Amino acid sequence: MDILVSQVLAGLSVASVLLLIALGLTFTFGQMNVINMAHGEFIMAGAYTTYVLQGLLGASLVGLSFLVALPVAFAVGGILGLVLERTLIRRLYGRPLDTLLVTWGVGLMLQQLARDLFGAANVQVKTPSWLDGGLTVAGVTMPWNRLFILVLVTVAVIAIWAFVNKLPHGRQMRAVMQNRKLASASGIATDRVDRRTFLIGSGLGGVAGVAITLLGSIGPTLGTSYIIDAFLVVVVGGLGQLRGAVLAAIALGLLNAFVEYASQASVAKALLLVAIVAFLQLRPQGIFVRRTRAVA
Amino acid sequence: MNRSLRATRPGVASLRALSMAVAALVLALALAGCGAQVQEGGGGGQASATPGVSGDTIKVGILHSLSGTMAISEVSVRDAEMLAIDEINRSGGVLGKKVVPVVEDGASDWPTFAEKAQKLISSDDVAAVFGGWTSASRKAMLPVFERNKSLLYYPVQYEGLEASPYIFYSGATTNQQIIPGLEYLKKQGKNRVFLLGSDYVFPRTANKEIKAWAKANGMQIVGEEYTPLGHTEYSTTINKLKAAKPDAVFNTLNGDSNVAFFKQLKAADVTAQDVPVLSVSVAEEEVRGIGANQIAGHPVAWNYYQTTDEPRNADFVKAYKAKYGEDRVTDDPIEAGYVQVHLWARAVNRAGTTNVEKVRQASKGLSFEAPEGKVTVDGENQHLFKTPRIGVVEPNGLIKEVFTAEEPLKPDPYLKGYPWAKGL
Repeated sequence: MDILVSQVLAGLSVASVLLLIALGLTFTFGQMNVINMAHGEFIMAGAYTTYVLQGLLGASLVGLSFLVALPVAFAVGGILGLVLERTLIRRLYGRPLDTLLVTWGVGLMLQQLARDLFGAANVQVKTPSWLDGGLTVAGVTMPWNRLFILVLVTVAVIAIWAFVNKLPHGRQMRAVMQNRKLASASGIATDRVDRRTFLIGSGLGGVAGVAITLLGSIGPTLGTSYIIDAFLVVVVGGLGQLRGAVLAAIALGLLNAFVEYASQASVAKALLLVAIVAFLQLRPQGIFVRRTRAVA
Repeated sequence: MNRSLRATRPGVASLRALSMAVAALVLALALAGCGAQVQEGGGGGQASATPGVSGDTIKVGILHSLSGTMAISEVSVRDAEMLAIDEINRSGGVLGKKVVPVVEDGASDWPTFAEKAQKLISSDDVAAVFGGWTSASRKAMLPVFERNKSLLYYPVQYEGLEASPYIFYSGATTNQQIIPGLEYLKKQGKNRVFLLGSDYVFPRTANKEIKAWAKANGMQIVGEEYTPLGHTEYSTTINKLKAAKPDAVFNTLNGDSNVAFFKQLKAADVTAQDVPVLSVSVAEEEVRGIGANQIAGHPVAWNYYQTTDEPRNADFVKAYKAKYGEDRVTDDPIEAGYVQVHLWARAVNRAGTTNVEKVRQASKGLSFEAPEGKVTVDGENQHLFKTPRIGVVEPNGLIKEVFTAEEPLKPDPYLKGYPWAKGL
């Protein structure tokens, strides 16, 4: 019974990491049909932001630098995304394969930039002392850093839900997502909405990077290890569907945890991919589908 | 209307252009393929009679992972080898000639190691290559060095069961590190051991040896887990560990995985008192990356520590820190990297030439006053006599010796002297 609970918690931690990295992508991929392969590098940028802030504020202020890093990484990711959108992606709307190639190239350039700035070897980000150790309830221990990530992703999901459903900006985003031409005809500045969406999506990637520093070391190729998982969550959840991404992340996280328990880590990853492929064969549109009246 | 229709039909001209482009692409790929073959095959001649020598310099190769998951461990070994080359040059060089290093990055990718090794041998004509860390990288490089009859000096502890005539092994083999580690655990009364390693040749082979030893010595193996290199998600593994209730863990994880594992183990409230994790790939350099407070109290098995009390060690540590910074540390692979360069230099001086066969001959029985004590080259298998030492990680990041063998142990890579190892 203990094991079951621990494994569920392990699955939820994996799910929270998956969801965090996929949240930003749900927007850019789901809402705008832009395959942003540089999203992984936005995550990396967020992680390195934490590293830089820690270096600036010193070893005694690790906790503070970590908290400050959250909004700063959002800004860094957002600005990077904005620059990318303004210069390159804006010219390639409606051409998903071209954006894939272009953003892949941008991703490689950002990786090299990271290597030039920080060195090719991985760097360590110190965990704040108040995130050391874990919370033990009824014999089951949940590490604080995992709980922090869970809380962070819950807050992020609620914030996004509120933004999309309650605020006028969010309403405009939904309109553009459902029927771009009609939204434009209704007087919504679609390119401004796109910019905003991309900024938020990339900013979320930056925040994910901050959370990732709690789990291990960070390096220039951090993005490539997480980008595939991010796309898997988005595709399985259904494009542009927030609740789809949440459900997909939880399902994949739990599946990963339990399959890994029954076998080995490498086998679990392989089986997970097989399961996803099988699921997509049966339901290619993902868990939740956007129902729209648009013809195209 | 007509214009738009014409525009949508592909004209004959554009079709021709397309087929030209495809043909050009195919030609380019074919040339690239041929080029690669020439690189591999052309190099496949032997190393020259006196490799590396050119005027008043001798070139040597340094091949380590300067990027990727293994960089955390390997960058410092490169630094140690450069330090040794500096010292040798300051005292007159080898055969009166200056030693010039050619540094390449294996990038934690084993085919890259093989490729760069070939490049160092054929293009740079180096006298010897100092390099590698993971057994996977060594296994990838082995055929390159044997085919070219060129020398590789390999500075890291490994799983044994190998003795190539073209490799010098300056790190510990099984009976100098893994077995003393097991004996230490047994003496401490740890009879239920959980095996955890990265998924590649070293941990898999080492665990086979460990299981054979355990069977013959009454130690129970309660679990065996492998995670891919670079894996950082250890919650499930730690849960499995807790469920198996071991007395100790024998850890053969390599690279950044150790950082993630120890961080997450500590976060899961598993202390070194409850379940000591004995590592064979974690030394002072990795402790620096993990964070000393995450791993303090856990044991490690090596042949050298920065705190080792041998006559030449204090000067070595001082020289290393002077060159690379006061916050740097020395450890076993760093010391082995340093020692192997000196061993090569001595062998070349003794042989009077960089000719590979003569250097191999001259290395038999060669000894050197190393920071770990006196080391001697075993001519039979080109390994070194090394002293097993068990240490415990301290909160200040250094490692304190808690057990030291009385004298250097003869290397036995094929475990011929151990009856329980028959059949490995």
